[in-house]
Amino acid sequence: MDIHALQQIVHHTRDARRQQALPKFSPADRDQLIHKYHPDYRERAYRPIRFGINEGDKTVVELAALLEGDSPIADEFDLTADYTTDVLVVGGGGAGCAAALHAHAAGAKVILATKLRLGDSNSVMAQGGMQISVAPEDSPVTHFVDTLKGGHMQNDHQLLKVMVEEGPSIAKWLLSLGVLFDRDGDGNLHVKKGGGSSKPRLLTCSDYTGLEIMRVLKDEVLNQKIQLLEFCAAIELTSDEKGACTGAIFKDLDNQRHVVVAAKSVILATGGIGRLHIQGFPTSNHYGATGDGLCLAYRMGAKLTQIDTFQYHPSGAVYPEQLIGALVTEGIRSEGGHLVNAKGERFVNELDTRDVVSSSIIRECEEGRGIRTMSGRIGVWLDTPLLDAEHGPGTVEKHFPAMMLQFERFGIDISKDPVLIYPTLHYQNGGVKIDANSETNVTNLFVAGEASGGLHGRNRLMGNSLLDLMVFGKRSGMTAAVRAAAMPQGKVTVGHLRGFRAEAKKHGSTNGIVSPMILPPYTRKES
Amino acid sequence: MAQEDSNIIDQPEVIRHKMVTVEIAGKKYDVPEGITIIKALWYSGQEVVRGAGCLGGFCGACAAYYRTKDDPKVRTCLACQMAVQDGMSITMMPPFPARKATYDIQALTDPKQDLFNLYPEAPLCRNCNACTEACPQQIDVREGVWKAVFGDFKSVSEMFMDCVMCGMCTPVCIADIAPNLVALYVSRAQGAHFTEKPVGLDTRIKEIQDGRFNDEWAAILKMTEKELADHCATVK
Repeated sequence: MDIHALQQIVHHTRDARRQQALPKFSPADRDQLIHKYHPDYRERAYRPIRFGINEGDKTVVELAALLEGDSPIADEFDLTADYTTDVLVVGGGGAGCAAALHAHAAGAKVILATKLRLGDSNSVMAQGGMQISVAPEDSPVTHFVDTLKGGHMQNDHQLLKVMVEEGPSIAKWLLSLGVLFDRDGDGNLHVKKGGGSSKPRLLTCSDYTGLEIMRVLKDEVLNQKIQLLEFCAAIELTSDEKGACTGAIFKDLDNQRHVVVAAKSVILATGGIGRLHIQGFPTSNHYGATGDGLCLAYRMGAKLTQIDTFQYHPSGAVYPEQLIGALVTEGIRSEGGHLVNAKGERFVNELDTRDVVSSSIIRECEEGRGIRTMSGRIGVWLDTPLLDAEHGPGTVEKHFPAMMLQFERFGIDISKDPVLIYPTLHYQNGGVKIDANSETNVTNLFVAGEASGGLHGRNRLMGNSLLDLMVFGKRSGMTAAVRAAAMPQGKVTVGHLRGFRAEAKKHGSTNGIVSPMILPPYTRKES
Repeated sequence: MAQEDSNIIDQPEVIRHKMVTVEIAGKKYDVPEGITIIKALWYSGQEVVRGAGCLGGFCGACAAYYRTKDDPKVRTCLACQMAVQDGMSITMMPPFPARKATYDIQALTDPKQDLFNLYPEAPLCRNCNACTEACPQQIDVREGVWKAVFGDFKSVSEMFMDCVMCGMCTPVCIADIAPNLVALYVSRAQGAHFTEKPVGLDTRIKEIQDGRFNDEWAAILKMTEKELADHCATVK
């Protein structure tokens, strides 16, 4: 049927739905729903890791294969350093930029290496906002409690307390750099309510929060003349005789040459795994989200945590084809947008946590109340025109210019017609285990941002990622810088690979996979 | 999976798998109609390293030029956001060596005057409007450059909130202005120097420093798992 014909039910039921209040699920109903429908609970998608520090722990098969993969670096590789630095930051997204800026400000010599361009990342796409408890009726403690609930009580308390308490000072830092957060009439920071939060706490720059922050941070990295190695993909870390981290080996993607960087500390800010397309899901992630940092850290013996849990953002676009997997910001639901099934009914409180909302969308579709596209996709409606009906004409255009433009390119006016959505692979909840200074169990190896784990528990709350990046980027950068001032450069070897390869051999790992992946294999081979 | 057949969106272009011929950097390839330009590059067997980034229309890495069949007009787009059509000619934009001024944003004393020191070419705009036509984000770039020069930093910061820094406004400028970099400076200056300081934020920072929440923290952190779960359930 014509898409416009199918959309009519959303228009016809709008007024009736506006009268309706939908309660959140009880904790028991919530657990039941998630266990039945959330992709984290699909047993056959998982397997135990066969060797290494997380031996026996389950993760998705796609990631397990890469973690067990071999290094592209041979034991006898020439490790003469091309560059020497105090702090080496790997990754050019939000966490990487924050780490580099703070390490630089603390007086360290910093190199920032990234496999794409500075700033090409997931951070730049963050639309929903950044959770910081600035409102008088809110507090860091409430922020802590909301996050804990969202994470199913599995969050690392120490990391979480640090994040919520440092939030306000991060906002101040960003403002001082010129970030233009939305304001109230009295000049105070405007806060919006996000899914799973009990208080309005989202700081926003319309629906360009990540873009605005990243424009400023990138510019600042350039202004501070921090040395960049762009289009350089980290392919191995280096270690000294005691197993401490002493640098990294890169592949320059422009000329395929190896680049060795000796560093007193390494900060991995390499982001997540969306481009592994686990369980066949489309993804909202950027081109380079292939979990490289996890593989490198794992070979060094860094412990991973909660790598069996991923976030499927409730609203990935399903139509048109060109936008499949692209994110439709949660802001739409924050401002009152309804989720509507093929029968014109709401089926979940739209402001419940992401895992609950995603699970309920999957339930509607599996039970036959979804809308299918001819290409075999399925989804439910997100009633975007409701925002104009509720808050006055022009609301969608004013508050969601990025999204308006994105759909306008394909002839769709989201202020007039609802959009079709289905969960999309969005975020890696776990990652490399870190302490409050963002350091791993491997000395002088830090991990910041999405590549790290523990902070978010089993489900990250909306708006907590941007804050995570800034807080732990800062802490890793400052800790690494202070330490660098008081230590010599360690020996640069790949000694850790001997042990890793011996274990692989013992466990019969001859899968032939070399990791990290660097970029997803999208190029079509000859048919 | 039960599903009423009436709930199916017709997408004839998808089922037909119609192939179209496009020209990528001067060479012809057959690719499925309607896929994005980036996907067309992959489909035609090219390894993409430069020219792809967030794939969501935000990072500006995939700036591209294209021309549709028989139309002399060369247009700009973000390759991850543009669908191919038959007869389209496409080429990716190479990196352009624009000059970025460096500055200490906090140390500026007169940002509106400093603009002319940092970007002395900014007032030399000759109104050709090529930058505005080149913007894939539909920003009125030319107007923005003029507003910057006239000191209306607030308007510039609002107009350029959509800017993905693809830089397509720069190669077309006959006065060698990099409008996106000028606008970035102006927006940062607006934020750092001409925007009200939020009082509530300072209050909250002081509250945290003064330990206003210490008792609450102490109570929460000594709870057992069960107590904490019960407490969380009371916060709605």
